[in-house]
Amino acid sequence: MGKYILKRIALAVLTLFLVCTLTFFLMNLVPGGPFMAEKAISAQAQAAMNEKYGLDKPLTEQYVNYMERLLHGDLGVSVKQRGRTVNQIIATKFPVSAKVGGISVLVALAVGIPLGSVAALKRGSWLDNLIMFFATCGIAVPSFVVCTLLMYFLSLQWGLLPTYGLSSWQNYIMPVMALAFYPTSYIARLMRSSMLDVLGQDYMRTARAKGLSQSKSLFKHALRNAILPVVTYLGPMLAYTLTGSFVVEKIFTIPGLGSEFIGSITGRDYPLIMGTTIFLAMLIIVMNVIVDIAYKVIDPRIKLK
Amino acid sequence: MSEYLVEVKNERLSFFTPAGEVKALNDVSLHLNEGEVLGIVGESGSGKSVTAYSLMGLTAYPGKLIGGELDFNGHHINDLTERDFRKIRGSEISIIFQDPMTSLNPVYTIGNQICEVIRLHTSKTKAEATARAVELLTLVGINEPEKRLKQYPHELSGGMRQRVMIAIALACEPKLLIADEPTTALDVTIQAQILELMMELKQKLGMAIIMITHDLGVVSSMCDRIAVMYAGRIVEYGTVDDIFYRPEHEYTKGLLRSIPKLSEKEHQKLVPIEGTPIDLLNPPKGCPFAPRCKACMKVCLREMPPYTDLDEVHYSACWLLQKKEFEAKGGNA
Amino acid sequence: MSEPIKKNPLSLQLNVEDFLPADENEKQSLVIMRESVGFWKDGMRRLRKNAVAMISLCIIVLVMIFSFIVPSFYPYSYEQQIRGAENLSPMTYSEKEQAAMAAGEKVFPHVLGTDGLGRDYAIRVMMGSRISLTVGLVASALILLIGSLYGSIAGFFGGWVDLMMMRIVDIIYTVPDILIIILLATVLKYPLGNLAMQPGFGWISVVGVNMISIFIVFALLYWVGMARIVRGQVMSLKENEYVTAARALGASNGRIIKKHILTNCIGTLIVTTTLQIPSAIFTESFLSFLGIGVAKPMPSLGSLAADAIKGMRSFPYQLFAPAIVISIIILSFNLFGDGLRDAFDPKLKN
Repeated sequence: MGKYILKRIALAVLTLFLVCTLTFFLMNLVPGGPFMAEKAISAQAQAAMNEKYGLDKPLTEQYVNYMERLLHGDLGVSVKQRGRTVNQIIATKFPVSAKVGGISVLVALAVGIPLGSVAALKRGSWLDNLIMFFATCGIAVPSFVVCTLLMYFLSLQWGLLPTYGLSSWQNYIMPVMALAFYPTSYIARLMRSSMLDVLGQDYMRTARAKGLSQSKSLFKHALRNAILPVVTYLGPMLAYTLTGSFVVEKIFTIPGLGSEFIGSITGRDYPLIMGTTIFLAMLIIVMNVIVDIAYKVIDPRIKLK
Repeated sequence: MSEYLVEVKNERLSFFTPAGEVKALNDVSLHLNEGEVLGIVGESGSGKSVTAYSLMGLTAYPGKLIGGELDFNGHHINDLTERDFRKIRGSEISIIFQDPMTSLNPVYTIGNQICEVIRLHTSKTKAEATARAVELLTLVGINEPEKRLKQYPHELSGGMRQRVMIAIALACEPKLLIADEPTTALDVTIQAQILELMMELKQKLGMAIIMITHDLGVVSSMCDRIAVMYAGRIVEYGTVDDIFYRPEHEYTKGLLRSIPKLSEKEHQKLVPIEGTPIDLLNPPKGCPFAPRCKACMKVCLREMPPYTDLDEVHYSACWLLQKKEFEAKGGNA
Repeated sequence: MSEPIKKNPLSLQLNVEDFLPADENEKQSLVIMRESVGFWKDGMRRLRKNAVAMISLCIIVLVMIFSFIVPSFYPYSYEQQIRGAENLSPMTYSEKEQAAMAAGEKVFPHVLGTDGLGRDYAIRVMMGSRISLTVGLVASALILLIGSLYGSIAGFFGGWVDLMMMRIVDIIYTVPDILIIILLATVLKYPLGNLAMQPGFGWISVVGVNMISIFIVFALLYWVGMARIVRGQVMSLKENEYVTAARALGASNGRIIKKHILTNCIGTLIVTTTLQIPSAIFTESFLSFLGIGVAKPMPSLGSLAADAIKGMRSFPYQLFAPAIVISIIILSFNLFGDGLRDAFDPKLKN
């Protein structure tokens, strides 16, 4: 177990290192380097920038400096938002995204798990077909389609919900629906297939042979086993929610990190692009490690190996 | 009300699959007294397990009972609802399965899974149930029971797990224990231990056992009566002596010829039964064993053989027996 | 015992001939063997019986006809701006066109209207689907090629080769792909643009710099899933008795790969590749929607939808058309892939 955790963490550190390196060299492909793309900057400012970030030095030295700063948690300075560091921007914007994303993850779990279980239990029935129809659509419809359709009907046509911002709780409904749609469908499908698998296991037959009622054997014996694959999906789901927020926040003009990131790409604010990428990548990688380790803890079969 | 503990009369059961009706049981009759051991022998797919499961209401989907009368311990099985079944499962009738590796839930401790059945059928408190679980584990020959209770199934060996399954089955002292190939998945040395344990427990607790197996060696040492099944029918039924020393059905004879005997002084050649079992989806019109039978006659291909009583207990379904009677009567019926 | 016939409700009329031994032919005629069908035939039969998969296939073929064949003889081109015909509703005509029609000329209708720059919207949606399909198909082909080659090498040789190769896969697997894709798509256009200037690389600008960077991204990151699947298959097949048997009979490595491993992998390969297509289309539309996909004036379903948002209140059909088309494309490929898996993946075969 301890060995596994160490191995997993080592792999994560290596991946993170590669992502940072890749980011650095990719950004150097931009003509003039990341800090000189902006033509509006005066020659003096550019010289100051060059000196500050050592851009006049050879690439390898720049790289070492860059990695050193990363190790100290310094993600650099935005070139578009004067005087603000990338760290400051993330600190103000990320909580907004985290709130919307967190609610979406909870909604996806709370809706997807019961739907998938019901579909498995009633397999072949109209209910199963209905749930699976929506779940199949859910993984096929891109989030921007969900967003725009929701916005068109719920806001523009019927005027039920506000279109942009996050001023009241109603503002959360559409972004959360749009962001949770795909993971909910995915979890429902995952849950259905793992539930069907579990229901066919010998120990479920044992549970029935003991005289347990269907609901009891289901809640005690089936659910605990069937939910394990959903735990492994938590990592990818987080990655999806974070990247999905790019689209959702853009459409619903939510002042979160996602819309900031997209803004930095269109505005070519390269330090902000790099900083956000590394921050999000770190978040995803760390979450994946936590989920992987948690999975091993939950499943007693693996515990002692 | 039946005079026997278990009485099955003319049971018919089919699986309604998308490909068509699979006649898994076709006119199966058997009975069993309290404390007796019945062996059901046959190849895979001959309907051994299906017969036993139908007694517990555990017939798998899409199987359906379509005929016959089933009685167990004063219950008329045909009329029982799922709720009624739940009361008798685990208390009056228990089962142990073939594969102890997969029959225990991997995410719960042994103790949890034993106490579960105790608390379900009795009003014992948690502490009392745990005490009973320790008692049961000792009974099935597991050392350090207190420690084992806290372990997960994957921490035990196959033989141990099967002992745990037996402990779960016997927790409420059932009248009938169904053992569905309980030793098939185990090592040979462990097999003997488990069988010995079962016989010992039968002596102590006095329950009846239905032993499902394809191993004739197992039935000969344990059983009072044997039912030989082929393609969803009991082709021969009788005491151990009837089956081993006076077999009448060609399939039973074939089975006996295909197992080695230690008692034979000379080296006897083993004779396999040629051919493969029939497809139950498209069963032939006549005797299901006819295509593999050495003594097959014209009538066997056309008509299902009737049951012929040989004595009080012993009966068999073979046209050869009818032929004997036919000839005894002088040729024309 | 004395009256056995009583137990037999049939109460047959028996005669002596009935008890004559049956001959071998009679016995064999009794055994109805189920027809044994080959892997392909069996799979195709099951696929044909799957109505959902067949409908999805028809839709895919239809979409392909509309995006690859119809545009070549469509009367409008995707970049042609018709003055005075901006933001027309579906099936309406500009004043100029109405005048031409009054003069007896034939004017092809704007089936889906026109966009804000007076471009026929139907052809733009068709070209958008062409981009989506191209990206999906080419990316999946790349993934199939790289993934299966990499996976089979790792799986076949095993040992430390496998260990090293799979460690690399593990690392790429944990890289947050969308982030790197965005990064690459943003940055790659500069070196690729420079490269396109070089003699001999003119084709880059024909295909489009962004399109190529999308392909590079897929080729770099998305093959790892395929590589893992193929490796797993090869590993387990290698252990199979029939491969050992073939080896014992003196078959060469090449023959074993071709005859035994490839034929057994092919079902999984087809299924995985098919299911890769919608996920590539999904990602491309996501990038295009964010404005980092295919470059203008080339339309993509994602960028069409993004452009339509501003005018959503007045011209909702400009949003609905690409949104519905992209959803239908992805849905059809998903359902068809599921059908293929049910039909050809022997692991799910009952």
